Amino acid sequence: MITRFLWQGMGPSLRVAVLFVLAIGIILPLLNQLMPASNALYVPAWVLQLIGKYLCFASLALAVDLVWGFCGILTLGHAAFFALGGYCMGMYLMRQIGSRGQYGNPLLPDFMVFLNYKELPWFWHGFDQFWFAAIMIVLVPSLLALALGWFAFRSRVTGVYLSIITQAMTFALMLAFFRNDMGLGGNNGMTDFKDILGFSVQSDATRATLCFASALVLAIFLVISAAVVGSRFGKALTAVRDAESRMRFLGYRVEGYKLFVFVLSAAMAGIAGALYVPQVGIINPSEFSPGNSIEAVLWVAVGGRGTLIGPVIGAFLVNWGKTYLTGALPEVWLFALGALFIAVTLFLPKGVVGLWSQIRSRGTTRKAKVPA
Amino acid sequence: MSMTEQRSTSALLYLSGVTVSFDGFKALNNLSLLVEPGEMRAIIGPNGAGKTTMMDVVTGKTRPDEGEVVFDGKADLTKLDEADIATLGIGRKFQKPTVFENHTVRDNLLLALAGLRSWYKLLLAAPTKAENNRLDEILSIIRMEPQQHMLAARLSHGQKQWLEIGMLLAQDPKLLLVDEPVAGMTDVETETTAQVLREINKTHSVVVVEHDMSFVRALGVKVTVLHEGSMLAEGTLDQVSADPRVVEVYLGR
Repeated sequence: MITRFLWQGMGPSLRVAVLFVLAIGIILPLLNQLMPASNALYVPAWVLQLIGKYLCFASLALAVDLVWGFCGILTLGHAAFFALGGYCMGMYLMRQIGSRGQYGNPLLPDFMVFLNYKELPWFWHGFDQFWFAAIMIVLVPSLLALALGWFAFRSRVTGVYLSIITQAMTFALMLAFFRNDMGLGGNNGMTDFKDILGFSVQSDATRATLCFASALVLAIFLVISAAVVGSRFGKALTAVRDAESRMRFLGYRVEGYKLFVFVLSAAMAGIAGALYVPQVGIINPSEFSPGNSIEAVLWVAVGGRGTLIGPVIGAFLVNWGKTYLTGALPEVWLFALGALFIAVTLFLPKGVVGLWSQIRSRGTTRKAKVPA
Repeated sequence: MSMTEQRSTSALLYLSGVTVSFDGFKALNNLSLLVEPGEMRAIIGPNGAGKTTMMDVVTGKTRPDEGEVVFDGKADLTKLDEADIATLGIGRKFQKPTVFENHTVRDNLLLALAGLRSWYKLLLAAPTKAENNRLDEILSIIRMEPQQHMLAARLSHGQKQWLEIGMLLAQDPKLLLVDEPVAGMTDVETETTAQVLREINKTHSVVVVEHDMSFVRALGVKVTVLHEGSMLAEGTLDQVSADPRVVEVYLGR
């Protein structure tokens, strides 16, 4: 039954996308590990780090698209779930440092010694174990999404009001995490990570593995999302997006649909954030900043809202552009981002993927098809 | 009002003393109404008479301030939400055809089909053989088999109307509420719609809210006239049109 469930959404273009993502995640790390540095095919570690980061962003974009593209909830706070997953991973990584910190305290991370903590705050217990951290990475964002969604959807908050609430949520979390007495590193956040599962986070082999893991997770997310969207649940979900009250009068309890997909999406964002942190080596409260969530929405818009491949393409395109422009013309980036938003809204309402299917279908009779 | 007393009524839909006010304006004012099983009822009245508010109250969209709304002799509709009420067997057709434009014709019918509604069951459920057979049956009734895999957005206006009728058949409600079905229709379309409603009425109870007198005449059923949120008159169309108060309301101002 599970196999059938996972298989039901797998259209041909999605299979290609999943294989492509896996190929990137396997070939690039292998080229890094197996090729000598002198070989033309050698992939340096910084490329792996960059690709790994993009893959995490693509997972976040997919999570945003699941609620925005398929359920019509314009979330402007998804970076909060991403950052929460990242913080859970950061707490695990901090506790792996042990007595190797600047202050050499075997139990307390450096920032706690610096802030005169006498003992470990209660919520840090358990984070020395990876399995515990792994559970928290999924649980913390999911529970926040469950609480927020339960109240918002039950009181039928929709549209721009819901967007504002999600934006306020991430902003409030940012302010909270900036406080030093939260016991989570304050404005400096957490950094100077040493080991993950016993392997040095600095080593090329770990970088290669993390890049592969990010690709694998994205591929799994694509398969799960396709299964959800391709199921009868998915049909009802898009119907809720298009005509919510009509669905109510057909007897559907719309809240359950929204809540499930919102929580699923938050869990996905949390996992993406957890993979992001060891690759960039730092997590701090600026990850909660409202701009990050809005950028994630933009990736989806550029790639193609309501398709599964679109957000992946959008995340890669926009972030590649960001990496390039912030290096070449740093002062131009924000203007370029703004211009991109306007251009996509005006000329590409269905994103790059929409443009592609528009070109492909020109002159041929279009048949009804579920977007992949 | 106490709801503990068990009300026994043979009526399919029973409204008693229903009052709804919006910011002091009484959209419904002590309205009482009975619809018998198998009946088709037309509800008419000038603009602002409370026709749509009455539908909203019955389908759970609006909660009455006072009064009783009982369905099928047992269900207290004032305590239930839209989804519960729809599951009990009350369907609603809106004035504007509302089909799911981004779904195929067949999927539109599947979504409307009576049965599975809970999200966790639908995650794993495939359409059963019985469901597929029923869909095929409805597709043949509404003569849309060739278009079944077409997106509803690509249908013509008339085809959308037919699809919506198919969705109502799929939903199979005990009571169907129809909101101004012929607004903006030509005379021929109006006549066809009256025929379709009579056909549906053979197996379902129907309440039609309408503005258009000639359509109500074509239906030839018992008429309830609403005015300022209350019932003004009830009877055949000839009886109510002879009522001086009705004439006053419709022509007197």
